[in-house]
Amino acid sequence: MIRDQGLVSKIWRFAVWAVAGLFILNLIGVIAAVVVNSFATRWLGTWLPIGLTTKWYFSAWKEFQLSSVVLVTFQIVFTVVLISGVLGVTTAYALARRDFPGKRVVVLLFLLPLLIPPLTYGIPLATVLYQLGLGGSFWGVVLINLVPSLPFVVLVMIPFIEQIDPRIEAAARVFGAGTGSLFLRILLPLLLPGMLAALLLVLVRTIAMFELTFLIAGPTSQTLVVSLYYAVFASGVRAGQSIDAMAVIYMVTTLFWLILALQFVNPSQIVARAKQQPAS
Amino acid sequence: MSTPSLRYRLAARGFDGTTLLILPGLAVMLGLFIYPFLYGLADSVMPKEGPWYANYVTFFSDPFQYRTIASTLWLALPVTIVNLAFAVPIAFRVRLMTRQRLLTTILVLPITLGTVFVADGLLTFLGPQGWFNRVLVLIGLLDAPMKLTNNYWGVFASLVITGFPFAFLLTLSYVTGIDPAIEQAAATLGANARQRFMKVFLPLLVPGLAVTFCLAFVQAFAVFPSAVLLGAPAGPTRVISIAAYQAAFEQYDHSLGTAIAMVMGAVELVVVLIVLGARSFFYRGPTGGTKG
Repeated sequence: MIRDQGLVSKIWRFAVWAVAGLFILNLIGVIAAVVVNSFATRWLGTWLPIGLTTKWYFSAWKEFQLSSVVLVTFQIVFTVVLISGVLGVTTAYALARRDFPGKRVVVLLFLLPLLIPPLTYGIPLATVLYQLGLGGSFWGVVLINLVPSLPFVVLVMIPFIEQIDPRIEAAARVFGAGTGSLFLRILLPLLLPGMLAALLLVLVRTIAMFELTFLIAGPTSQTLVVSLYYAVFASGVRAGQSIDAMAVIYMVTTLFWLILALQFVNPSQIVARAKQQPAS
Repeated sequence: MSTPSLRYRLAARGFDGTTLLILPGLAVMLGLFIYPFLYGLADSVMPKEGPWYANYVTFFSDPFQYRTIASTLWLALPVTIVNLAFAVPIAFRVRLMTRQRLLTTILVLPITLGTVFVADGLLTFLGPQGWFNRVLVLIGLLDAPMKLTNNYWGVFASLVITGFPFAFLLTLSYVTGIDPAIEQAAATLGANARQRFMKVFLPLLVPGLAVTFCLAFVQAFAVFPSAVLLGAPAGPTRVISIAAYQAAFEQYDHSLGTAIAMVMGAVELVVVLIVLGARSFFYRGPTGGTKG
């Protein structure tokens, strides 16, 4: 790699790293503030709280009925992942393997939900779902969350499928494999890494998806992030530490899946499929 | 000679059993995206009272409503520009690193934490007694704590923290997609770092940066929870999504609510189209050696 050794480029290099460092420092500060406060007995006007306690976790767990909220969150999220996984992979397979008139329109249809703010399609969709009697229900939340997650799976899977040589499938056909065994024994093993990556990312995104769930969720179908919003929104009634304890619980749930997802994907390749240069 | 069967003719044009696999996914998108969208469009021109355009008149004649467009743009455009302006130089540095994984992991974190967690954390962190103000007072940059929450800057900070990582990851993947041989060729011909950036990388990056700008802008434009929690939702950070939400779910006027949602989508698409249109003035060709 080419490196300039002049003074200006040294200063520039330092400035860039300083900005990146400041950003990370503030980010750590934000997260640490929540974590520290969730363990604080009292924290007013000092650098650190007077004492530490874990009682807020117990009170948050009871106060916000988190056991049921966490259960509902995972039921919703896994349903979304399952449906968008099955439909997304089949759609992506057809789009990757076949060229047909109108394909560009179909691809655009799957691109649009990712280009339009969630509230723009969320408000009319929520209105329709309320009129169908799905407002506040489990399936209402699942359906509204499918709109961004299904296209996401499709767009992540298309390049994965295109990488697989179609001659492998043709060879399997020649040896007499039916569609079922072709899928189970040839495609599934080859696609599994890509599917895992896409589905874990959908999982993380759906846990964090606030806007759409907020529009449709009722008292029994709130996910963790919506409960957290209501807790922060109505703060003053509840102890701040208790809210932050809930925020930490939320963070741990997303973090767990994120770290799992990062075992399978390089985050810089999520968004575009660029050729990775071997670092030299 | 008989004509080939219908099945064969369809297959020749790309329609066969495999093509039909798109149907379930397509049905979901038509049912959950296109139909509600058209329904919303129709709903927005059927106001509770008055002529068909009454909702749009209501929106565009009430300064409390139409000013939300300006306040949303006033947040989203600077945030997007700041995020991109920081993302490009940092991505150029990170591209040279051998261990990108830890850094990228740290940077992905705020995306997954979501705006609600970040807003909650910033309320403590940026508050008058928060660490941010305390450090600035301690090192003597400030005499008294600044007010950074429940105003414009709180929302701004939240959008930078959740938006920068996203802009950075996109930029990084575009930057690493450029064939290093191009840079080496420029260096061989005697171009210094600045010239290599301005004359080689920047023209190649413009299409990618335009896409990054659009996606980052869409995120910032949709700002909602942090504008409520960290901003002044009745004042300078009353963004258009708050207006749409309030109309639809607080005043129970779904017709007006969808009308505002349509205005929101239209304004956002106009910005995206301007940016993508401007991109066509630049080089559009392969940037990678083998990528093509």
